[in-house]
Amino acid sequence: MKTNVVMDEKAIERALSRIAHEVIERNRGGERLVILGIPTRGYELARRLKKIIDEIEGTDIPVGAVDATLYRDDLAIKKTQPTLKKMDIPISIDDRRIILVDDVLFTGRTIRAGMNALMDFGRPLSIQLAVLVDRGHRELPIKADYVGKNLPTSVKEGVKVRMKEIDGVNEVVLESACEGKPIT
Amino acid sequence: MKTKRKDLLGIEGLTVDEIELLLSTAESFKEVSAREIKKVPTLRGKTVINLFYEPSTRTRTSFEIAAKRMSADAVNISISSSSAVKGETLKDTARNLEAMKPDAIVIRHSSAGTPEMLSRYVACSVINAGDGAHEHPSQALLDMLTVKERLGRIKGVKLAIIGDIAHSRVARSNIYGFTKLGASVTVAGPPTMIPPGIERLGCRVALNMTDAIRDADVIMMLRIQLERQDEAFFPSAREYSRLYGLDADKLRTAKKDAIILHPGPVNRGVEISPDVADGPYSLILDQVTNGVAVRMAIFYLLLGASREQS
Repeated sequence: MKTNVVMDEKAIERALSRIAHEVIERNRGGERLVILGIPTRGYELARRLKKIIDEIEGTDIPVGAVDATLYRDDLAIKKTQPTLKKMDIPISIDDRRIILVDDVLFTGRTIRAGMNALMDFGRPLSIQLAVLVDRGHRELPIKADYVGKNLPTSVKEGVKVRMKEIDGVNEVVLESACEGKPIT
Repeated sequence: MKTKRKDLLGIEGLTVDEIELLLSTAESFKEVSAREIKKVPTLRGKTVINLFYEPSTRTRTSFEIAAKRMSADAVNISISSSSAVKGETLKDTARNLEAMKPDAIVIRHSSAGTPEMLSRYVACSVINAGDGAHEHPSQALLDMLTVKERLGRIKGVKLAIIGDIAHSRVARSNIYGFTKLGASVTVAGPPTMIPPGIERLGCRVALNMTDAIRDADVIMMLRIQLERQDEAFFPSAREYSRLYGLDADKLRTAKKDAIILHPGPVNRGVEISPDVADGPYSLILDQVTNGVAVRMAIFYLLLGASREQS
């Protein structure tokens, strides 16, 4: 397998910092914002994004986790059950602007599941989507509002986001499969 | 770990990894029951049949609520309204239910081994909700979850099980489960109710109740099955209560922060006094809450993924 680093620590930092500014600009500050990440890496990104926005705006934006597992559309066809992750909605999301955060945007199916999960918790004013990497190949009509990096890929390639909190290193790598075996 | 299991027949056959997966999954499911909208779409289109040949409030309702919170359809069949009273055999009942294409049958029966037999007749999942004096796996899982939640661990915990060990499927499943996860288990009760050779399951038999509860972190009181009184396993309910009932006096001989469990239904004033059952260290209602989460986890892990039909 060939791997290729497409974003290093600095690049990730810059992308998050730009996304933070875009979020603030579009929402005119941090008022009514709630940042929710999709575990595992989306949640870590959400916490970093919160920290950057708080530093700029002097706010304390609620941050939490949305586990989309129970809302997935592939549970009945998978061979084994995915492990449940953490669901942590810190406050009522009614009339809040939600920033949903994930690491890689691919088919869009996880985001669909995440939005359905959120709707069971209330009626947010809006949901905006922030991702570190958009690798294309959408299967649902979903588009990110904030993108760290657009990364054109082949479906046979894999995109891995590694984060210090979980993997001990901050980087995004592109993995090319050997002998045409797809990586998921 | 991933489970490829079709059925949940008992704790005895589970690996430590499987038990831990069930418990951690159940922990996640507790959050669903705390929501305003207590429903997730995970098992939409699945059908669960509750087939109860013995009376039950808690277990049957708990399985039904668990199925419904996961969007499965739950159908209840109780013995009094089923064709069993017309003499239909279990095998025929099972074959007929199977023809209606359920995804799981939850069964309780007074004969040990019934779920195991049923699982050989039907292709759908079979979940044991109590079979005779054999096993009651979902009860043991919810007991383990309750202890893990309160004490933060099961390894090294000292558990005392008091009462009718001989007739108790709850005791048996808990002895298997707690010892597998590294707890030490002591049992005590009237000598007529301690089955010979129970030590082979890995537990210690105490001389009397004080000996059993002295070092216990968890005291599990079993229900005295008053309906079996005609068999005279002990002279009277009063004597039983004096020797093996948990009241404030006996509780003083135990550790200060020992927690108290009871699988229900409680015979107040027999195996446990009302002040202890309702006291601060009693987790009887936490057990019931955790029961729903545990059963959601069982359904999730058995019914969710596709399984090659054998």
